[in-house]
Amino acid sequence: MTIIEFLLLDVILLCLLIVTSVTIFVLHNLLAATMVLSLYSLVMSLVWLNLDAADVALTEAAVGAGIATVLLIGALVVVGAEERKHPLIHWPALVLIALTTAALVYGTFDLPPFGAASAPAQAHVAPEYISQSVPKLHSGDYGSAKNAEDQPTSDNFHGHVPNLVTSVIVNYCAYDTLFEVAVIFAAGVSLVLLLGRRVAGNGGEP
Amino acid sequence: MPFFELYNYWIFILLMMIGLYTIIASPNLVKKIIGLSVFQTAIFLFFISLSKVAEGTVPVTVPPAEVYSNPLPHALVLTAIVVSVSTMAVALAILMNIKQAYGTVEEDEVDQAEAH
Amino acid sequence: MRDQVILRVVSKITAPFILVFGFYVIAHGELGPGGGFQGGVVLASAFILYGLVFGLAELDAIVPRRVTDGLAGAGVLLYVVVGLVGIVSGYRFLDYTPLRVTGSESAESWGMTLVEYGVGITVASVMITVYREVSQAGAAEK
Repeated sequence: MTIIEFLLLDVILLCLLIVTSVTIFVLHNLLAATMVLSLYSLVMSLVWLNLDAADVALTEAAVGAGIATVLLIGALVVVGAEERKHPLIHWPALVLIALTTAALVYGTFDLPPFGAASAPAQAHVAPEYISQSVPKLHSGDYGSAKNAEDQPTSDNFHGHVPNLVTSVIVNYCAYDTLFEVAVIFAAGVSLVLLLGRRVAGNGGEP
Repeated sequence: MPFFELYNYWIFILLMMIGLYTIIASPNLVKKIIGLSVFQTAIFLFFISLSKVAEGTVPVTVPPAEVYSNPLPHALVLTAIVVSVSTMAVALAILMNIKQAYGTVEEDEVDQAEAH
Repeated sequence: MRDQVILRVVSKITAPFILVFGFYVIAHGELGPGGGFQGGVVLASAFILYGLVFGLAELDAIVPRRVTDGLAGAGVLLYVVVGLVGIVSGYRFLDYTPLRVTGSESAESWGMTLVEYGVGITVASVMITVYREVSQAGAAEK
Protein backbone atom coordinates (compact mmCIF):
# COMPACT_ATOMS: atom_id res chain seq x y z
CA MET A 1 0.00 0.00 0.00
CA THR A 2 1.51 3.27 -1.05
CA ILE A 3 1.81 6.20 1.26
CA ILE A 4 -0.97 8.13 -0.47
CA GLU A 5 -3.43 5.24 -0.18
CA PHE A 6 -2.52 4.82 3.47
CA LEU A 7 -2.95 8.52 4.20
CA LEU A 8 -6.29 8.69 2.39
CA LEU A 9 -7.71 5.72 4.26
CA ASP A 10 -6.38 6.97 7.56
CA VAL A 11 -7.71 10.52 7.16
CA ILE A 12 -11.14 9.35 5.97
CA LEU A 13 -11.52 6.93 8.87
CA LEU A 14 -10.33 9.48 11.41
CA CYS A 15 -12.81 12.08 10.13
CA LEU A 16 -15.53 9.44 10.46
CA LEU A 17 -14.41 8.95 14.05
CA ILE A 18 -14.69 12.66 14.80
CA VAL A 19 -18.20 12.83 13.36
CA THR A 20 -19.21 9.71 15.31
CA SER A 21 -17.91 10.98 18.64
CA VAL A 22 -19.69 14.34 18.24
CA THR A 23 -22.89 12.45 17.41
CA ILE A 24 -22.53 10.42 20.60
CA PHE A 25 -22.51 13.61 22.60
CA VAL A 26 -25.43 15.20 20.80
CA LEU A 27 -27.83 12.22 20.87
CA HIS A 28 -30.31 12.24 23.72
CA ASN A 29 -31.60 8.73 23.24
CA LEU A 30 -29.11 6.50 25.03
CA LEU A 31 -29.94 3.45 22.95
CA ALA A 32 -29.00 5.37 19.81
CA ALA A 33 -25.84 6.62 21.54
CA THR A 34 -24.92 3.01 22.36
CA MET A 35 -25.30 2.00 18.73
CA VAL A 36 -23.12 4.90 17.61
CA LEU A 37 -20.54 3.93 20.26
CA SER A 38 -20.47 0.45 18.78
CA LEU A 39 -19.90 2.02 15.35
CA TYR A 40 -17.12 4.17 16.84
CA SER A 41 -15.40 1.07 18.23
CA LEU A 42 -15.65 -0.71 14.90
CA VAL A 43 -14.23 2.22 12.90
CA MET A 44 -11.47 2.60 15.49
CA SER A 45 -10.60 -1.06 15.01
CA LEU A 46 -10.34 -0.42 11.25
CA VAL A 47 -8.01 2.53 11.93
CA TRP A 48 -5.83 0.28 14.02
CA LEU A 49 -5.79 -2.38 11.32
CA ASN A 50 -4.60 0.29 8.92
CA LEU A 51 -1.85 1.15 11.41
CA ASP A 52 -0.62 -2.49 11.38
CA ALA A 53 -2.09 -3.44 14.75
CA ALA A 54 -3.92 -6.64 13.86
CA ASP A 55 -4.16 -8.19 17.34
CA VAL A 56 -5.43 -4.98 18.86
CA ALA A 57 -7.98 -4.46 16.08
CA LEU A 58 -9.33 -7.98 16.64
CA THR A 59 -9.64 -7.35 20.37
CA GLU A 60 -11.36 -4.00 19.95
CA ALA A 61 -13.82 -5.44 17.42
CA ALA A 62 -14.67 -8.34 19.72
CA VAL A 63 -14.66 -6.47 23.02
CA GLY A 64 -15.56 -2.90 22.17
CA ALA A 65 -18.07 -3.48 19.43
CA GLY A 66 -19.38 -6.72 20.90
CA ILE A 67 -19.34 -7.08 24.65
CA ALA A 68 -19.54 -3.40 25.55
CA THR A 69 -22.63 -2.93 23.39
CA VAL A 70 -24.43 -5.92 24.93
CA LEU A 71 -23.47 -4.69 28.39
CA LEU A 72 -24.70 -1.15 27.78
CA ILE A 73 -28.01 -2.28 26.29
CA GLY A 74 -28.54 -4.62 29.22
CA ALA A 75 -27.89 -1.75 31.61
CA LEU A 76 -30.23 0.56 29.69
CA VAL A 77 -33.11 -1.85 30.32
CA VAL A 78 -32.81 -1.11 34.02
CA VAL A 79 -31.64 2.48 33.90
CA GLY A 80 -33.90 3.95 31.24
CA ALA A 81 -32.97 4.95 27.72
CA GLU A 82 -33.81 8.64 27.55
CA GLU A 83 -31.51 11.35 28.72
CA ARG A 84 -32.94 14.57 30.12
CA LYS A 85 -32.47 17.43 27.67
CA HIS A 86 -29.56 19.64 28.60
CA PRO A 87 -27.91 22.62 26.91
CA LEU A 88 -25.29 21.44 24.47
CA ILE A 89 -22.71 24.09 25.35
CA HIS A 90 -21.26 23.96 28.83
CA TRP A 91 -19.01 26.99 29.16
CA PRO A 92 -16.64 25.96 31.97
CA ALA A 93 -16.06 22.63 30.26
CA LEU A 94 -15.36 24.38 26.94
CA VAL A 95 -12.80 26.68 28.53
CA LEU A 96 -11.09 23.72 30.19
CA ILE A 97 -11.11 21.74 26.94
CA ALA A 98 -9.67 24.68 24.98
CA LEU A 99 -6.83 25.16 27.45
CA THR A 100 -6.02 21.45 27.56
CA THR A 101 -6.11 21.18 23.77
CA ALA A 102 -3.75 24.11 23.42
CA ALA A 103 -1.33 22.60 25.91
CA LEU A 104 -1.44 19.17 24.25
CA VAL A 105 -0.98 20.54 20.73
CA TYR A 106 1.97 22.54 21.99
CA GLY A 107 3.31 19.27 23.38
CA THR A 108 2.93 17.38 20.11
CA PHE A 109 5.54 19.54 18.44
CA ASP A 110 8.11 17.65 20.47
CA LEU A 111 6.89 14.24 19.32
CA PRO A 112 8.80 12.31 16.65
CA PRO A 113 7.22 12.39 13.19
CA PHE A 114 4.50 9.81 12.66
CA GLY A 115 6.02 6.56 11.43
CA ALA A 116 9.65 7.46 11.97
CA ALA A 117 11.83 4.41 12.50
CA SER A 118 14.23 6.42 14.63
CA ALA A 119 11.66 7.37 17.27
CA PRO A 120 12.59 6.64 20.90
CA ALA A 121 9.68 4.21 21.22
CA GLN A 122 11.23 2.06 18.50
CA ALA A 123 14.77 2.31 19.75
CA HIS A 124 15.39 0.50 23.00
CA VAL A 125 13.68 -2.76 23.88
CA ALA A 126 11.64 -3.46 20.76
CA PRO A 127 14.50 -4.13 18.27
CA GLU A 128 15.94 -6.62 20.75
CA TYR A 129 12.68 -8.58 20.94
CA ILE A 130 12.18 -8.45 17.19
CA SER A 131 15.75 -9.58 16.43
CA GLN A 132 15.40 -12.47 18.86
CA SER A 133 12.33 -13.74 17.07
CA VAL A 134 13.07 -13.06 13.45
CA PRO A 135 16.38 -14.82 12.67
CA LYS A 136 15.31 -18.12 14.20
CA LEU A 137 12.31 -18.22 11.90
CA HIS A 138 14.15 -16.98 8.84
CA SER A 139 16.67 -19.81 9.18
CA GLY A 140 14.31 -21.91 7.16
CA ASP A 141 12.61 -24.25 9.55
CA TYR A 142 9.20 -22.60 9.65
CA GLY A 143 7.00 -21.03 7.07
CA SER A 144 9.34 -21.07 4.12
CA ALA A 145 8.76 -24.68 3.11
CA LYS A 146 6.76 -24.96 -0.08
CA ASN A 147 5.40 -28.50 -0.02
CA ALA A 148 3.56 -30.40 2.68
CA GLU A 149 6.45 -32.92 2.93
CA ASP A 150 8.94 -30.17 3.71
CA GLN A 151 6.95 -28.72 6.59
CA PRO A 152 8.57 -29.32 9.97
CA THR A 153 6.94 -32.26 11.69
CA SER A 154 7.61 -31.10 15.22
CA ASP A 155 5.41 -28.43 16.68
CA ASN A 156 7.95 -26.54 18.74
CA PHE A 157 8.97 -23.06 17.73
CA HIS A 158 12.46 -23.20 19.22
CA GLY A 159 11.20 -20.87 21.85
CA HIS A 160 10.07 -18.06 19.60
CA VAL A 161 6.67 -17.75 18.06
CA PRO A 162 5.68 -15.86 14.92
CA ASN A 163 3.22 -13.53 16.62
CA LEU A 164 5.46 -10.99 18.34
CA VAL A 165 2.60 -9.40 20.27
CA THR A 166 1.59 -12.73 21.82
CA SER A 167 5.19 -13.50 22.65
CA VAL A 168 5.49 -10.14 24.40
CA ILE A 169 2.23 -10.61 26.32
CA VAL A 170 2.61 -14.24 27.33
CA ASN A 171 6.36 -14.70 27.49
CA TYR A 172 8.34 -11.51 27.99
CA CYS A 173 5.67 -9.73 30.05
CA ALA A 174 3.79 -12.72 31.44
CA TYR A 175 3.70 -11.20 34.92
CA ASP A 176 1.61 -8.25 33.66
CA THR A 177 -0.83 -10.56 31.96
CA LEU A 178 -1.28 -12.55 35.15
CA PHE A 179 -2.56 -9.51 36.98
CA GLU A 180 -4.63 -8.43 34.03
CA VAL A 181 -6.44 -11.78 34.20
CA ALA A 182 -6.81 -11.22 37.94
CA VAL A 183 -8.44 -7.84 37.21
CA ILE A 184 -10.92 -9.47 34.84
CA PHE A 185 -11.69 -12.09 37.47
CA ALA A 186 -12.17 -9.35 40.08
CA ALA A 187 -14.57 -7.56 37.74
CA GLY A 188 -16.60 -10.75 37.41
CA VAL A 189 -16.69 -11.19 41.18
CA SER A 190 -17.73 -7.57 41.75
CA LEU A 191 -20.55 -7.93 39.23
CA VAL A 192 -21.91 -10.89 41.16
CA LEU A 193 -21.56 -9.02 44.46
CA LEU A 194 -23.08 -5.77 43.18
CA LEU A 195 -26.02 -7.16 41.29
CA GLY A 196 -26.61 -10.07 43.57
CA ARG A 197 -28.37 -13.23 42.69
CA ARG A 198 -31.83 -11.76 42.56
CA VAL A 199 -34.79 -14.03 41.98
CA ALA A 200 -36.85 -12.68 39.09
CA GLY A 201 -40.03 -10.93 40.14
CA ASN A 202 -38.92 -10.42 43.71
CA GLY A 203 -38.27 -6.69 43.38
CA GLY A 204 -34.57 -6.91 44.11
CA GLU A 205 -34.33 -9.10 47.16
CA PRO A 206 -31.80 -11.95 46.83
CA MET B 1 5.32 20.26 6.99
CA PRO B 2 4.04 19.55 10.48
CA PHE B 3 0.54 18.53 9.37
CA PHE B 4 1.60 15.36 7.62
CA GLU B 5 3.90 14.37 10.42
CA LEU B 6 1.59 15.13 13.30
CA TYR B 7 -2.00 14.90 12.04
CA ASN B 8 -2.57 11.60 13.78
CA TYR B 9 -1.71 13.13 17.12
CA TRP B 10 -3.91 16.19 16.56
CA ILE B 11 -6.91 14.07 15.66
CA PHE B 12 -6.25 11.94 18.75
CA ILE B 13 -6.27 15.12 20.86
CA LEU B 14 -9.57 16.20 19.28
CA LEU B 15 -11.20 12.81 19.94
CA MET B 16 -9.93 12.73 23.49
CA MET B 17 -11.26 16.22 24.16
CA ILE B 18 -14.66 15.35 22.69
CA GLY B 19 -14.80 12.35 25.02
CA LEU B 20 -13.74 14.50 27.98
CA TYR B 21 -16.37 17.11 27.10
CA THR B 22 -19.01 14.36 27.02
CA ILE B 23 -17.95 13.27 30.47
CA ILE B 24 -18.06 16.77 31.95
CA ALA B 25 -21.04 18.28 30.19
CA SER B 26 -23.62 15.46 30.38
CA PRO B 27 -25.67 15.23 33.54
CA ASN B 28 -26.72 11.66 32.76
CA LEU B 29 -24.39 9.10 34.35
CA VAL B 30 -24.72 6.54 31.55
CA LYS B 31 -23.70 9.17 29.00
CA LYS B 32 -20.65 9.89 31.15
CA ILE B 33 -19.66 6.24 30.96
CA ILE B 34 -20.13 6.22 27.19
CA GLY B 35 -17.93 9.33 27.02
CA LEU B 36 -15.34 7.56 29.15
CA SER B 37 -15.26 4.75 26.61
CA VAL B 38 -14.74 7.26 23.77
CA PHE B 39 -11.93 8.91 25.79
CA GLN B 40 -10.15 5.64 26.52
CA THR B 41 -10.34 4.40 22.95
CA ALA B 42 -8.82 7.67 21.72
CA ILE B 43 -5.88 7.17 24.08
CA PHE B 44 -5.34 3.70 22.64
CA LEU B 45 -5.21 5.35 19.21
CA PHE B 46 -2.34 7.47 20.47
CA PHE B 47 -0.36 4.44 21.62
CA ILE B 48 -0.92 2.59 18.37
CA SER B 49 0.12 5.58 16.26
CA LEU B 50 3.29 5.84 18.34
CA SER B 51 4.11 2.28 17.44
CA LYS B 52 3.72 2.54 13.67
CA VAL B 53 6.91 2.27 11.64
CA ALA B 54 6.59 3.70 8.14
CA GLU B 55 7.74 0.75 6.00
CA GLY B 56 6.77 -1.87 8.53
CA THR B 57 4.09 -4.54 8.54
CA VAL B 58 2.00 -6.27 11.17
CA PRO B 59 4.30 -7.61 13.92
CA VAL B 60 3.76 -11.23 12.92
CA THR B 61 6.98 -12.60 11.51
CA VAL B 62 6.20 -13.89 8.03
CA PRO B 63 9.45 -14.57 6.13
CA PRO B 64 9.53 -12.09 3.22
CA ALA B 65 8.98 -9.09 5.50
CA GLU B 66 11.93 -7.45 7.18
CA VAL B 67 10.69 -4.39 9.05
CA TYR B 68 7.95 -4.75 11.63
CA SER B 69 5.88 -2.30 13.59
CA ASN B 70 6.70 -2.09 17.26
CA PRO B 71 4.84 -4.83 19.19
CA LEU B 72 5.27 -3.39 22.67
CA PRO B 73 2.55 -0.70 22.60
CA HIS B 74 0.23 -3.29 21.07
CA ALA B 75 0.66 -5.48 24.13
CA LEU B 76 -0.03 -2.49 26.36
CA VAL B 77 -3.19 -1.51 24.50
CA LEU B 78 -4.49 -5.09 24.49
CA THR B 79 -4.34 -5.16 28.26
CA ALA B 80 -5.91 -1.74 28.49
CA ILE B 81 -8.87 -2.63 26.24
CA VAL B 82 -9.89 -5.59 28.32
CA VAL B 83 -9.41 -3.69 31.57
CA SER B 84 -11.52 -0.83 30.21
CA VAL B 85 -14.44 -3.12 29.45
CA SER B 86 -14.14 -4.64 32.93
CA THR B 87 -14.31 -1.23 34.56
CA MET B 88 -17.24 -0.29 32.35
CA ALA B 89 -19.06 -3.44 33.51
CA VAL B 90 -18.51 -2.60 37.18
CA ALA B 91 -19.51 1.04 36.61
CA LEU B 92 -22.75 -0.02 34.93
CA ALA B 93 -23.52 -2.40 37.80
CA ILE B 94 -23.07 0.46 40.26
CA LEU B 95 -25.34 2.63 38.09
CA MET B 96 -28.02 -0.03 38.12
CA ASN B 97 -27.89 -0.02 41.91
CA ILE B 98 -28.06 3.80 41.96
CA LYS B 99 -31.15 3.67 39.79
CA GLN B 100 -32.75 1.21 42.12
CA ALA B 101 -31.86 3.22 45.22
CA TYR B 102 -32.69 6.75 44.02
CA GLY B 103 -34.96 6.18 41.04
CA THR B 104 -32.89 8.35 38.71
CA VAL B 105 -29.49 8.46 37.01
CA GLU B 106 -29.27 12.19 36.41
CA GLU B 107 -26.35 13.50 38.41
CA ASP B 108 -28.02 16.51 40.05
CA GLU B 109 -31.13 14.57 41.00
CA VAL B 110 -28.97 11.88 42.60
CA ASP B 111 -27.15 14.62 44.56
CA GLN B 112 -30.45 16.05 45.78
CA ALA B 113 -31.83 12.66 46.74
CA GLU B 114 -28.65 11.85 48.60
CA ALA B 115 -28.67 15.14 50.51
CA HIS B 116 -31.92 14.18 52.20
CA MET C 1 -37.32 -13.94 21.10
CA ARG C 2 -37.83 -17.62 20.77
CA ASP C 3 -40.87 -17.29 18.59
CA GLN C 4 -38.78 -15.80 15.80
CA VAL C 5 -38.06 -18.81 13.63
CA ILE C 6 -35.06 -17.34 11.81
CA LEU C 7 -33.28 -16.30 15.00
CA ARG C 8 -33.90 -19.64 16.62
CA VAL C 9 -32.72 -21.75 13.71
CA VAL C 10 -29.72 -19.62 12.78
CA SER C 11 -28.45 -19.29 16.34
CA LYS C 12 -28.63 -23.04 16.84
CA ILE C 13 -26.81 -23.64 13.57
CA THR C 14 -24.06 -21.06 14.03
CA ALA C 15 -23.31 -21.60 17.73
CA PRO C 16 -21.00 -24.60 17.17
CA PHE C 17 -19.08 -22.75 14.47
CA ILE C 18 -18.60 -19.76 16.77
CA LEU C 19 -17.30 -22.07 19.49
CA VAL C 20 -14.85 -23.76 17.12
CA PHE C 21 -13.70 -20.36 15.88
CA GLY C 22 -13.17 -19.24 19.46
CA PHE C 23 -10.98 -22.24 20.23
CA TYR C 24 -9.15 -21.68 16.94
CA VAL C 25 -8.36 -18.06 17.87
CA ILE C 26 -7.04 -19.12 21.29
CA ALA C 27 -4.99 -22.03 19.96
CA HIS C 28 -3.50 -20.16 17.00
CA GLY C 29 -2.77 -17.01 18.95
CA GLU C 30 0.91 -17.70 18.57
CA LEU C 31 0.88 -18.09 14.81
CA GLY C 32 -1.17 -15.10 13.81
CA PRO C 33 -3.33 -12.39 15.35
CA GLY C 34 -5.33 -13.81 18.18
CA GLY C 35 -4.69 -15.12 21.63
CA GLY C 36 -6.43 -15.71 24.91
CA PHE C 37 -8.42 -12.51 25.23
CA GLN C 38 -9.86 -12.46 21.74
CA GLY C 39 -10.67 -16.17 21.75
CA GLY C 40 -12.27 -15.97 25.17
CA VAL C 41 -14.58 -13.17 24.07
CA VAL C 42 -15.58 -15.10 20.93
CA LEU C 43 -16.33 -18.20 23.03
CA ALA C 44 -18.48 -16.15 25.38
CA SER C 45 -20.33 -14.58 22.48
CA ALA C 46 -21.63 -17.98 21.39
CA PHE C 47 -23.24 -18.48 24.78
CA ILE C 48 -24.47 -14.89 24.93
CA LEU C 49 -26.16 -15.37 21.54
CA TYR C 50 -27.87 -18.47 22.87
CA GLY C 51 -28.95 -16.60 26.00
CA LEU C 52 -30.29 -13.66 24.00
CA VAL C 53 -32.42 -15.81 21.72
CA PHE C 54 -33.65 -18.52 24.08
CA GLY C 55 -33.76 -16.73 27.41
CA LEU C 56 -31.86 -16.88 30.68
CA ALA C 57 -33.51 -20.09 31.89
CA GLU C 58 -32.18 -22.01 28.89
CA LEU C 59 -28.73 -20.47 29.35
CA ASP C 60 -28.79 -21.55 33.01
CA ALA C 61 -29.71 -25.04 31.89
CA ILE C 62 -26.69 -25.45 29.62
CA VAL C 63 -24.15 -23.39 31.59
CA PRO C 64 -25.10 -23.41 35.28
CA ARG C 65 -23.77 -20.68 37.55
CA ARG C 66 -21.45 -23.09 39.34
CA VAL C 67 -19.71 -23.83 36.05
CA THR C 68 -18.99 -20.21 35.13
CA ASP C 69 -17.97 -19.33 38.68
CA GLY C 70 -15.67 -22.32 38.88
CA LEU C 71 -14.11 -21.84 35.45
CA ALA C 72 -13.42 -18.16 36.07
CA GLY C 73 -11.32 -19.06 39.08
CA ALA C 74 -9.82 -22.10 37.37
CA GLY C 75 -8.32 -20.00 34.59
CA VAL C 76 -6.46 -17.69 36.96
CA LEU C 77 -5.45 -20.73 39.02
CA LEU C 78 -3.99 -22.44 35.93
CA TYR C 79 -1.93 -19.35 35.18
CA VAL C 80 -0.61 -19.13 38.73
CA VAL C 81 0.15 -22.87 38.86
CA VAL C 82 2.19 -22.59 35.65
CA GLY C 83 4.11 -19.80 37.35
CA LEU C 84 4.60 -21.76 40.55
CA VAL C 85 5.93 -24.77 38.64
CA GLY C 86 8.90 -22.55 37.88
CA ILE C 87 9.51 -21.82 41.55
CA VAL C 88 9.00 -25.41 42.66
CA SER C 89 11.58 -26.63 40.13
CA GLY C 90 14.22 -24.20 41.23
CA TYR C 91 13.80 -21.44 38.64
CA ARG C 92 11.99 -18.10 38.85
CA PHE C 93 8.26 -17.40 38.94
CA LEU C 94 6.69 -17.85 35.48
CA ASP C 95 9.91 -19.31 34.10
CA TYR C 96 8.83 -21.83 31.48
CA THR C 97 12.05 -23.90 31.41
CA PRO C 98 10.87 -26.82 33.59
CA LEU C 99 7.93 -27.45 31.23
CA ARG C 100 10.03 -29.46 28.77
CA VAL C 101 7.45 -32.21 28.43
CA THR C 102 7.73 -33.15 24.74
CA GLY C 103 11.27 -32.55 23.58
CA SER C 104 14.00 -30.33 24.84
CA GLU C 105 12.87 -27.15 23.09
CA SER C 106 9.16 -27.23 23.75
CA ALA C 107 9.24 -25.49 27.11
CA GLU C 108 8.20 -22.06 25.88
CA SER C 109 5.56 -23.54 23.64
CA TRP C 110 3.95 -25.50 26.47
CA GLY C 111 4.11 -22.60 28.86
CA MET C 112 2.54 -20.14 26.45
CA THR C 113 -0.19 -22.55 25.38
CA LEU C 114 -1.25 -23.38 28.93
CA VAL C 115 -1.25 -19.74 29.94
CA GLU C 116 -3.28 -18.72 26.88
CA TYR C 117 -5.89 -21.34 27.66
CA GLY C 118 -6.06 -20.11 31.24
CA VAL C 119 -6.63 -16.57 30.05
CA GLY C 120 -9.23 -17.69 27.50
CA ILE C 121 -11.21 -19.72 30.02
CA THR C 122 -11.31 -16.89 32.55
CA VAL C 123 -12.27 -14.24 30.02
CA ALA C 124 -15.05 -16.40 28.56
CA SER C 125 -16.49 -17.25 31.98
CA VAL C 126 -16.40 -13.67 33.19
CA MET C 127 -18.08 -12.35 30.05
CA ILE C 128 -20.87 -14.93 30.41
CA THR C 129 -21.22 -14.01 34.09
CA VAL C 130 -21.39 -10.30 33.28
CA TYR C 131 -24.07 -10.85 30.65
CA ARG C 132 -26.03 -13.12 32.96
CA GLU C 133 -26.01 -10.71 35.91
CA VAL C 134 -26.92 -7.66 33.84
CA SER C 135 -29.68 -9.53 32.04
CA GLN C 136 -31.06 -10.94 35.27
CA ALA C 137 -31.18 -7.50 36.85
CA GLY C 138 -33.09 -6.35 33.79
CA ALA C 139 -35.52 -9.24 34.04
CA ALA C 140 -36.10 -8.58 37.74
CA GLU C 141 -36.97 -4.99 36.91
CA LYS C 142 -40.09 -5.97 34.95
